[in-house]
Amino acid sequence: MSGRRSERRLVPAYMATGGRAAPSRNTFDRLTLLSAAGGPLPGRLAPAQRRLAELVNGGPLSLAEAAAYLVLPVSVVRVLVADLVDLGVLHARAPVPRAEQHDPRLLERVLSGLRAIR
Amino acid sequence: MDSAPSDNAATYLGSNTQTLVKVLVAGPFGVGKTTFIRALSETAPLHTEETMTQASASVDSLIGVRDKVTTTVAMDFGRRTLTDDLVLYLFGTPGQRRFKPLWEDVSRGALGALVLVDTRRLGDSFEVIDLIEESGMPYAVAVNTFDDAPRHEPEVLRDHLDLDPRTPLVTCDARDAGSAVDALIALVTHLLTDPPDAAPEAVPDAAPEAGLPSGTATAGDGGR
Ligand SMILES: Nc1nc2c(ncn2[C@@H]2O[C@H](COP(=O)(O)OP(=O)(O)OP(=O)(O)O)[C@@H](O)[C@H]2O)c(=O)[nH]1
Ligand SMILES: [Mg+2]
Repeated sequence: MSGRRSERRLVPAYMATGGRAAPSRNTFDRLTLLSAAGGPLPGRLAPAQRRLAELVNGGPLSLAEAAAYLVLPVSVVRVLVADLVDLGVLHARAPVPRAEQHDPRLLERVLSGLRAIR
Repeated sequence: MDSAPSDNAATYLGSNTQTLVKVLVAGPFGVGKTTFIRALSETAPLHTEETMTQASASVDSLIGVRDKVTTTVAMDFGRRTLTDDLVLYLFGTPGQRRFKPLWEDVSRGALGALVLVDTRRLGDSFEVIDLIEESGMPYAVAVNTFDDAPRHEPEVLRDHLDLDPRTPLVTCDARDAGSAVDALIALVTHLLTDPPDAAPEAVPDAAPEAGLPSGTATAGDGGR
């Protein structure tokens, strides 16, 4: 059995630029926090839009959870979210910005949260 | 009817939820990713179906008919509310290079990755560790202790996986919530102590070609 480096093949890193150059509809991440805007639903919604709006009317969810409950691909739900945000039906809150991903204060909060459930 | 239970009764987030963070649980097939996520999650693991289109394998190009292959992958994930306003998501991530576009999408914004390793087939983890290193994402390695798996000294494992001396290497039982939390604590502690930006370039090292002479580990004290 040989070590890992012997199989190693390098390709360029993507993370350095990854998050920023994404096309606009990709700004909805799996962890985008969805919540209902609160008003009555518009009468003319496509069935998939209506299912998503009604699901989120029950309470906040991440986009990934909405996709799982609706049994729809994440790519489809991204589009539905964009539609419903434009229509004023949903609020979508971006997850932690890239710059704060390594913020020690955030990491400390995660760490103490983990210790508390240990 | 109103009284009928929904076929997809959702477990909603608390109304004070502000911050959603994620950690990847990565590793080869069958290493215990779903088990780990289930042990930690407050709900049964959920999954999304992802369709991937990729260049054909060589068999197809020999035949010369198809040039695309479509694969559907189930990505499972779970969540754990840490405090009133902070929720941790765990995304099980397949370690194969052919899923790289999916990998990049899921890993965007992740705090880091926990790589699960099975000592019965260590080589299966090389690909996922390479992918993570290429991405620059910080990670920790957790040896999922299957009952009949060989036990190696940590320094032997480190040497074999070619880990940076600062990369945490822990053992865990993916079926046990406390053990899974401990593995995550090791990862997040690492994220705090060794921020990725501060990490110097890896020093090129000689490929360990020899088979695994025990007791000749070169990776310092090998951590624990
Ligand atoms: N003995 C033991 N068995 C485990 C442990 N973790 C997982 N298993 C078993 O190993 C098998 C595979 O675990 P999964 O959690 O499905 O692995 P996975 O990584 O999600 O697999 P894929 O999704 O197919 O890639 C299951 O039968 C688990 O019950 C462990 O720590 N100890
Ligand atoms: Mg699985």
